[in-house]
Amino acid sequence: MKFESKTVHIGVCTDHTGALSTPIYQSATFRHPALGQSTGYDYTRSLNPTRKILEDGIAQLEEGAAGYAFSSGMAAVTAVLMIYKQGDHIVIVEDCYGGTYRVVDKVFSQFGLEATFVDGSNIDEVAQAIKENTVAIIVETPTNPLMKIVDIRAMIELAKSTNAHCIVDNTFLTPYFQRPLALGADIVIHSGTKYLAGHNDLVCGLVVAREAELAEKIKYIQNSTGAVLSPNDSWLLIRSIKTLALRMDRHNANAIAVAQWLENHPAVKSVYYPGLDKHPGKSIHDKQATGYGGMLSFTVENAKRAADVLEKVKLISFAESLGGVETLITLPAVQTHADVPVDVRERLGISDCLLRLSVGIENAEDIIADLAQALD
Amino acid sequence: MKDFSTKLLHIGVENDKHTGAVSVPIYQVSTFHQEDISKAQDYEYSRSGNPTRKALETIIAELEGGVAGFAFSSGMAAMSTVLLLFGVGDHILAPKDVYGGTYRMLSKVCGKWGINHDFVDTTSLEAIEKAVLRNTKAIVLESPSNPLLKVSNLPAICAWAKERGIITIVDNTFMTPYLQRPLEFGADIVVHSATKFLAGHSDVVAGLVATGSKHLANEIYYLQNALGSILGPQDCWLTMRGIKTLKVRMDQSQKSAQLIAERFAAHPKIKAIHYPGLTSHPGHELLKQQAEGFGAVLSFEAETAQLARKIMSKVKLSAVAVSLGGVESILSYPVTMSHAAIPAKVRAELGISDALLRLSVGLESPDDIAEDILSAMEED
Repeated sequence: MKFESKTVHIGVCTDHTGALSTPIYQSATFRHPALGQSTGYDYTRSLNPTRKILEDGIAQLEEGAAGYAFSSGMAAVTAVLMIYKQGDHIVIVEDCYGGTYRVVDKVFSQFGLEATFVDGSNIDEVAQAIKENTVAIIVETPTNPLMKIVDIRAMIELAKSTNAHCIVDNTFLTPYFQRPLALGADIVIHSGTKYLAGHNDLVCGLVVAREAELAEKIKYIQNSTGAVLSPNDSWLLIRSIKTLALRMDRHNANAIAVAQWLENHPAVKSVYYPGLDKHPGKSIHDKQATGYGGMLSFTVENAKRAADVLEKVKLISFAESLGGVETLITLPAVQTHADVPVDVRERLGISDCLLRLSVGIENAEDIIADLAQALD
Repeated sequence: MKDFSTKLLHIGVENDKHTGAVSVPIYQVSTFHQEDISKAQDYEYSRSGNPTRKALETIIAELEGGVAGFAFSSGMAAMSTVLLLFGVGDHILAPKDVYGGTYRMLSKVCGKWGINHDFVDTTSLEAIEKAVLRNTKAIVLESPSNPLLKVSNLPAICAWAKERGIITIVDNTFMTPYLQRPLEFGADIVVHSATKFLAGHSDVVAGLVATGSKHLANEIYYLQNALGSILGPQDCWLTMRGIKTLKVRMDQSQKSAQLIAERFAAHPKIKAIHYPGLTSHPGHELLKQQAEGFGAVLSFEAETAQLARKIMSKVKLSAVAVSLGGVESILSYPVTMSHAAIPAKVRAELGISDALLRLSVGLESPDDIAEDILSAMEED
């Protein structure tokens, strides 16, 4: 079955009534047929029928052994980090999402997890960061917000050479455009809040592991620390995934149009979008993904101009988050990446002149017209 | 507003400003439009704060008499976030008969991240004193305990801990703030599996935390946001809806629990009954001093393990299931259910035998509940 067909058929006709839409099992606990017997469902934190449909669905889309649904993208990231232990070391891209940076730098450091932050687009730098106790290489590609491309295959090779896991945050592209597990990565993480849910309404996270043994470790943590996604939210996410392909195609087409328009605007200094020919990572990106997604960043001449744009946009909302049907704009230095230390932000180029755009599925001309009046 | 039953319906949350809606709106939204880059708004991103969740968090803070409340995706998400306030080299004490999920979290997850623990009999302050180490940072308490309903002297332990700078974490799931408010007698943090009596309908999985300390509130908020195990808006709304009937449900359930306990106490095939509402229960007097009721959970030991299993297979009215605190009575077998994570040897020491059954008394007629169990004993 082709990808689009798989997305549409998640949870269709799963129960005895023939209901096309999967039922929402809003039940905390399940009656046992007899002592020592179980229907497979005992307690919703451990397993819930609605959540299971979603978890099996995302595993199928990402081509992994098993999937797990969490109460937020950060709960998913946290659960994956939790499978390791005190004294372990991870290598992670320095321009990762601010929430991931915070949990690694401020929380897991308290539990003795060592971390080295690297430029993921520089393979030598990643290789040099690997130590004897390295258990994982964690990457995002394209990165947030500078849209740098990380060579997933190279990261998998490096991880294999040292018996570490290769973990990819696939939030920006979704399995519709990029399937890291099929390339050999071990774990994929999603902030499902973004493109998978796609409507700026739901906060959720997903994890898929390529192999069953590793999946079991994640399941153990999911049940122990209890950061599970509720049945209602699981159902909303299943519903959202049915339109994933249509939405991603439109996000992609709109982002290309907006990126090309911004590139030619005199007030715009630079545009970061892997779909542009001059993007330095384009050739690697084309080898590992089938589309460029709806995220782009651009810089204007100074901070005042950036603030002006945020104030003047009308159609576009000034808000955190991304991946929804509505176009959003944000200032990463102040919002999404506020928890990355200032010196690191400056070195990376996340300045107060940098704006990040999550291009929605409105008509591209309306998005461009709104940007045009805001930039004038 | 002093009376608890009025508080349950009218605190924390004003009617929706724009529409006047009496029920809090469900804000099913991930992100919030920001008016001005230089001004922080109340809400930015739902993981960090959501208006529906805020209403529930305000309610639990008020009911427990704290300064701040927090809502999590499960009781274990609430407990694990609180336990992760600590770090490498810290030591935590917890009851020997602590809930199996908390036992697993401490022994299997916290342990490998350098947070150490010891299990202790918390009904004895002497035993606690013996177990305390120089690096002991916190003590977890459950009273009455699960499933044997042992009562720990919460005010005394809280006072003792305060003197030593040890943080007290009380799991108040069995009692709810209607019957017991640990923050009032000096506990630092209260944790709830709101799945149980607070939500009360066996439908929502949720966890709540309240604290009376602004400093701890800031730390808990930081971790709630950083780790992200938050409760969704829809589930927050369902939990609030459950809380509105907390008093009437609790009143009815504990009245029934008392009647059933008395009836079981006199039954020849029941070896022991554990319910703190019985004057014969060793914790009866102590619980009377620190709580305003005895709750709706009891456990009893059948004559033999075989009889216990027979009851489990023959009951019709009570649901044979894990969990508790719902409108439906739930009968469970701690050895294979709630306390399966605890090693058999430890369980035996604690008195959690394979003849022990736990009953969460629901809103059915107490006669129906009791007769269902008693006739299950007689059936062939």
